[in-house]
Amino acid sequence: MSLDRRSFLGLGAAAFAGAAITPGLRLIELVQARSPEEAASTLRRWGLLIDTTRCTDCEVCVTACHTENGVTGNGRPSTDAQWIRKVALSDKRTGHAQTLPLMCQHCEHPPCVDVCPTGASFKRADGIVLVDKHTCIGCRYCVMACPYGARSFIHETVADQKPDVPRGKGTVESCTLCVHRIDRDEQPACVEACTRDGGKAMVFGDLNDGAGDLRQRLRQEPSSQLRADLALNTGVRYQGL
Amino acid sequence: MKSKRDTPSCAIGASVILLIMAGLAAVAASAQARAAPPVIRIEKPGQCVEPTAVMRRDHMKMILHQRDQTVHRGIRTSKHSLKNCIDCHASAKTNSVLGKDGFCESCHTYAAVQMDCFECHSPSPRPPASANSPVPTRSGIASESARRAAMAAPVAATRAGGAAP
Amino acid sequence: MASIHYREIDGRSARYFGLLGLLGALVAGGLGAAWHMEHQGHYVTGMSNQIVWGTPHVFAVFLIVAASGALNVASTASVFGRDVYKPLARLSGLLAITLLVGGLAVLVLDLGRPDRLIVAMTHYNFKSIFAWNIFLYTGFIAIVAAYLWMMLERRMNDYSRPLGLLAFLWRLILTTGTGSIFGFLVAREAYDSALYAPMFVIMSFSFGLAVFILVLMAACSGTGRPLGDVIVQRLKNLLGVFVAAVMYFVLIYHLTNLYFTRRHDFERFILVDGGIYTGLFWLGQVLIGGILPLALLFHPVSSRSHQVIAAAAVCVILGGLAQIYVIIIGGQAYPLVIFPGKEVTSSFFDGTVAAYAPSLPEIALGAGGVALALILTAVALKVLPFLPRSLADGDIDVGSGVGAGKERAASP
Repeated sequence: MSLDRRSFLGLGAAAFAGAAITPGLRLIELVQARSPEEAASTLRRWGLLIDTTRCTDCEVCVTACHTENGVTGNGRPSTDAQWIRKVALSDKRTGHAQTLPLMCQHCEHPPCVDVCPTGASFKRADGIVLVDKHTCIGCRYCVMACPYGARSFIHETVADQKPDVPRGKGTVESCTLCVHRIDRDEQPACVEACTRDGGKAMVFGDLNDGAGDLRQRLRQEPSSQLRADLALNTGVRYQGL
Repeated sequence: MKSKRDTPSCAIGASVILLIMAGLAAVAASAQARAAPPVIRIEKPGQCVEPTAVMRRDHMKMILHQRDQTVHRGIRTSKHSLKNCIDCHASAKTNSVLGKDGFCESCHTYAAVQMDCFECHSPSPRPPASANSPVPTRSGIASESARRAAMAAPVAATRAGGAAP
Repeated sequence: MASIHYREIDGRSARYFGLLGLLGALVAGGLGAAWHMEHQGHYVTGMSNQIVWGTPHVFAVFLIVAASGALNVASTASVFGRDVYKPLARLSGLLAITLLVGGLAVLVLDLGRPDRLIVAMTHYNFKSIFAWNIFLYTGFIAIVAAYLWMMLERRMNDYSRPLGLLAFLWRLILTTGTGSIFGFLVAREAYDSALYAPMFVIMSFSFGLAVFILVLMAACSGTGRPLGDVIVQRLKNLLGVFVAAVMYFVLIYHLTNLYFTRRHDFERFILVDGGIYTGLFWLGQVLIGGILPLALLFHPVSSRSHQVIAAAAVCVILGGLAQIYVIIIGGQAYPLVIFPGKEVTSSFFDGTVAAYAPSLPEIALGAGGVALALILTAVALKVLPFLPRSLADGDIDVGSGVGAGKERAASP
C-alpha cells in the first residue's frame, strides 16, 4: 500500500524532485556529466531527428538496436518483438519511394500512457516513454492505442537478456531511446550505428536545448511529425517526408 | 425432505475431511525429502553494501524501492542496484545467481518464496568490458553547458538551496 | 392480484447433472487453455503483435455487454414500474452477475501477467478507461448482489426500487465505459468515435435480452415450469425493438464514415473486400443478427411460437458475436494509417491487412467463460429461489404503472 502511494507521488513529483532532492547540485554540472544519483529532469526533453533523404536501404539501426537491447527473434515474425523497423514507402500517386526507420515516437501526449490501467506505460520526466515491466499486466491496451504500432507484446519466454535491458514474457515493450545509455551520457545505439556505419541520417539531442545540434537543425530545416494531425507532439521528427 | 438432503451432504463433508487428512499424512511422510539448505557461497571478497542481518531482512524492500527510483526517476545509484548485486553475487562457475547452488535461487527455493525478478532480469553479471569503457560525450555537449549555465542560473539558486551556479 | 411464488429448482435430474458436467468440462478446458497460454506465452494462440486482442476478447466483451443488458428486465420492473416483469427480476439480476463474472474471468486469464491481478487492483491510472472499468465492473457485481438481496429478502423489498435505480444508472455508465474502450482510441480507423459508447449501450439491451430469453426458456422448460405468452410476447417485442435500434446505430456509424473521404479505404475494407470481416458483417451482423431476427420476431404468425422466438434470440447472439468480432479483430486487422497516401511495407507488417485465425486455446478460453457464466447460473437456481414456480398467463399480474404486487417466497 505504501509502495503504491510512494510510486504515485514519485511519478507526480519527478519533475521537481530531480533538482530539489540533490542539495548542492549545480545545474551546470547537470549537463556536463550525469551522475547516477541524479534523477531525470523536465529541463531536458530527448528527441531524434531522422533525415529520410540520407536514409538508404541499410538496416544498421535495426541491427544495432536489437543487438544492444537483446531483442532476439524466434523465427516467428508475427509474434517476435521489434523495437525499430525500416519502413519502405511508395507514394500511391507519384510512385516516389523512400525508406525510414520507425520506432516509438516518444510523444509528449502519449496515447499509450493515457490508456494504461496500471500506469505501467509512463513518460519519464525527460520525455522518454517507457514501460515499467514491474507493473505491466500485459493487457495490451497500449498496443491497441499506439498510432505508430511501436509497441510489441512479448509472446514467448525470453532468455539471455542483456543486464541493462530487462525484458520478459507477458509484458509489453518498445523502443526505450536506449535510456540505459542516455543515463550514461551515451547516444542511442541506432544513432551511433547510423553515424558510424549508415547514412548518417539520425541526430539525437535535447529538444529543450536551444543551442544544441538538434534544435539548430530543426530551426534551420523543415521537418515534420508522423500523424501530426493527432497533435501528440512527438519527440521523433522526420525530414524529407 | 430435509433428511434426504442432509445425508448426501454429510457424506460429501466426511469424504472431504478424509481426503485432506490423507493429503496431510502424505506430506508429513515425505518430510524426509525436504528442500536442501541454501548454499551461500560468497566468492567475491569484501563487504556487502549493507550488513548481513539487514540484507536478510530487508533486501526485498530495497529492491522494490530501488526499482521504482530507477525506472521512474532514472536514479541509478549503484549501492542498491540489482545489477550491482548480481555483479558481485553471481557464481563464478555458472555466471549466474540462479541454478541449484545459485546465490538467489538456493535460498529462495529453501524458503519457498517465489521470485519474479529473473523472468525479465538477466541473472548474469555485466561483461567486465562495459564497466571500464570510457564514457563518450554526446555531440554539442559543450555548447549545451554554456547555454544552460546562462539560462538556468537563477533556477539553480532557488532549487538547489542557494548553491552558487 | 396474483402473488408470485419463487422456488429453487430441484436440480436432481440426470439432465441437470449432465448439464453441470458438460459446463464443468468446458470450464476446465478454458482453465487449461489459460494455463497453456500463460505458461508457453501467447505465441501458442492466433494473436500476434498486429492483432493483440483476439477471440477471448470477443467472448469477454460479448459477455460483459450482455451482462449489463441482462439487468434490463429487472430495471423495467423496479425502475419503470412495469409489474408484469417483476417475476423475472431476480433471474435478471442473477444473469447480470454471472455473465459479468464469466466475461471478467476470460479477460483476466488472457492477461500476459494474470499473476499481477493484485497489481491491477492496487495501481490505477485514472485517465485510463480500463482503470475506471475495474471499479465499474466490481461495483456492478456488488450493487446487483445487494439489489438481489433486496428482492429476495422480504423485509428489504421496499428498498429494491432505489437500489434498482442505482443498478440501472450504474450499468449505463458501465456499458458506456466498455464502449469507450474503443471509442477513446485515436490511433485506428475503426475506432476513434463517440458513437461507440451509446452503440454499446444499445447492443447491451439487445444481447442481454436475447441471452435472458434463452436462459428463461431453458430454465422453465428444463424444470417443467410453465412460461406463458403474456411474458414471452412482451419480451420478444422488446427484443425486436432493440435489434432494430442496434441496426440504426450501425447504419449511422457506417454512413458517417462513408461521408469522410479519408475513411473510404477503411469502409471499403469492412463493406466490400475485407474477406472474412466483410462476410461476418453482412452475413453475420446484418443478416443473421439483424434482418432475420426482425423478420422472425415481428411475423404475425410465427412469432407466436416459443421455438421461433428462441431461434431469433440465438440469431441475435450469433450476430452479436459477429459484430464484436468485426469491431475488435477487424479493427485491428486494418493497417494503421501512419503515412496517408503512401503504400507501406515493412518487417512489422505495416500497410498490410493483418492475418488472424482463431486458435484452439483462444476458443477454449472464450467458451470456458460462457460455460462459467452458465454453470454459476445453474447452480444458483438450485441454491436460491430465483425462478418463479409459474409464469403462466393466469399467474401473472398484468397491472400497469407502479404496482404493489406482493411477492412471497414459497414455503417448502
